[in-house]
Amino acid sequence: MTAGVAAPPVVSPEGTEQAAKRRRRVPYLLLLPGLAYLFVLYVVPLIALFRMGLQSGNLVSGYEFTWEWDNFVQVFTTYRPQLLRSLLYSVSATVITLLLGYPLAYAIAFRTGRWKNLFLVLLLVPFLIPFLLRTLAWRTILADQGWVVEAMKTIGLLPEQGGRLLATGWAVLAGLVYSFLPFMVLPIYVALEKIDRSLLEAAGDLYSTPSTAFWKVTWPLSLPGVISGTLLTAIPAAGDYISVQLLGNPQETMMGNVIENKFLSVIDYPAAAAISITLMLAIVIAVIFYVRWVGTEELVT
Amino acid sequence: MMRTIKRLLLPTYLGFGLLYLFLPVLVVILFSFNDYQGRFNVRWQGFTLEHWLDPFRVEEIPQALGVSIVLAAVSSGIATIIGTLIALALTRYRFKGRSATNVLLFFPMATPEVVLGSSLLGLFVAMGTGAGFLTLLLAHILFIISYAVATIRARMVGFDRHLEEAAMDLYANEWDTFRKVTLPMILPGVFAAFLLGFALSLDDFVVSNFTAGTIQTYPLYVWGAARRGIPAQVNVWGTVIFVVTVTVMLLFLGAQRRRQQRLGLT
Repeated sequence: MTAGVAAPPVVSPEGTEQAAKRRRRVPYLLLLPGLAYLFVLYVVPLIALFRMGLQSGNLVSGYEFTWEWDNFVQVFTTYRPQLLRSLLYSVSATVITLLLGYPLAYAIAFRTGRWKNLFLVLLLVPFLIPFLLRTLAWRTILADQGWVVEAMKTIGLLPEQGGRLLATGWAVLAGLVYSFLPFMVLPIYVALEKIDRSLLEAAGDLYSTPSTAFWKVTWPLSLPGVISGTLLTAIPAAGDYISVQLLGNPQETMMGNVIENKFLSVIDYPAAAAISITLMLAIVIAVIFYVRWVGTEELVT
Repeated sequence: MMRTIKRLLLPTYLGFGLLYLFLPVLVVILFSFNDYQGRFNVRWQGFTLEHWLDPFRVEEIPQALGVSIVLAAVSSGIATIIGTLIALALTRYRFKGRSATNVLLFFPMATPEVVLGSSLLGLFVAMGTGAGFLTLLLAHILFIISYAVATIRARMVGFDRHLEEAAMDLYANEWDTFRKVTLPMILPGVFAAFLLGFALSLDDFVVSNFTAGTIQTYPLYVWGAARRGIPAQVNVWGTVIFVVTVTVMLLFLGAQRRRQQRLGLT
């Protein structure tokens, strides 16, 4: 920065200015196709869906935009059971997945040494079997005369008479937990992997017990992974309808089932749109509060 | 004694965890050899190679799989190109609207598939376009883009920007620098993004269910068949998909490793 150290390159000022201007445009040109795509096929459809949620009418006479806010009221009255069930399943599945997934991530990050990559691959490989086939496989595993049900009856976890897993909430939870386990494990693993091991040694040198070292060092540093993992589980779980349809009780449906049914079978677009938008907004609000509560902004960037 | 138990606790847990993860995989593969009677292939009734010897018996399956593969290749290809451009802009430039772009990219990943699918169907209904291969393609590109950006970006963060600057100092223009320096460096990330996108598209059911119209992809076929009884050929092809994708993944990881060793990165 000191004047007179080196002569500036001999370029006419207009030339550099033009080059700089062109350079400033480059990122926008790179972004243009992607952002235009997201705008047209993500932002616009959500707005269109919201508009559709305010329509009234029926399939025969057609739908009309009438500011029909009642569609949104219905979501909280008519579909309250489904709404609550979605919330319940999503939260329970997330908690169970976290409890099962954290030790897995921990074991891979700290105990597998040079086989780490092998274990990561093993964790992901089962998910290369098509999703629907995996869920259908659970139907076979949890079937009424299957060995899981028989074993549970033998040790008294299920009643001898009429005890079953299929078509219960437990089967739905089992399906959800299974589907989202790697989405929980991977981000936690990445966070644990980044932890500087000397911090843990330092804790040990300062006479902390392993459990204090875990709660004061490892756990807080793994929080970003826990946040991503829980969000990656809770959000898709809240919108799921496959697990209920294939494993659960057809009388105990979730929001996703209502949306699918109204959109594709009953053809009640306004109701389906209102439920869909409510689900989306509920998730956005929940995510904002959750991220504020845990206090991380790293997530988005 | 207590110490040994404590030390073995986590590895044992890891073992059980993996067993749990592989259980459905084993069931899918096992039941492709099941000699079942009737329409429902849900109880083990004996071993047979019949289904493996006649994988094309139910014509709809290979047809649907063909649609799925073409769809996956095209949608992931386009999404990867779009995603690469975005990732380049986000990692190599500072510009106004950067964080807004990040938020916009994060949202599709945080949107439940059922909402994505229904909003797209809403748009297609509102516009009066029918649903078919094109709408399916547009929908798949949409949900792959964000994942593609995330994958490519993760690989770009560690790269040495000085190489690009050196090329520019040696009078390479932006395009030559990109072609000869940047692209070769980010290529593994781009390829990883393509593979991830391909897998996501191939496996997608929910978004496809809303946007496919009468087109049948492999997951849509399986869904339809689940009600009337799934032929074991579905398991045969599921196993084939599994074996092929695992092989591709291992080959890719192997190539990555060799490349890293060659460049002395490990």
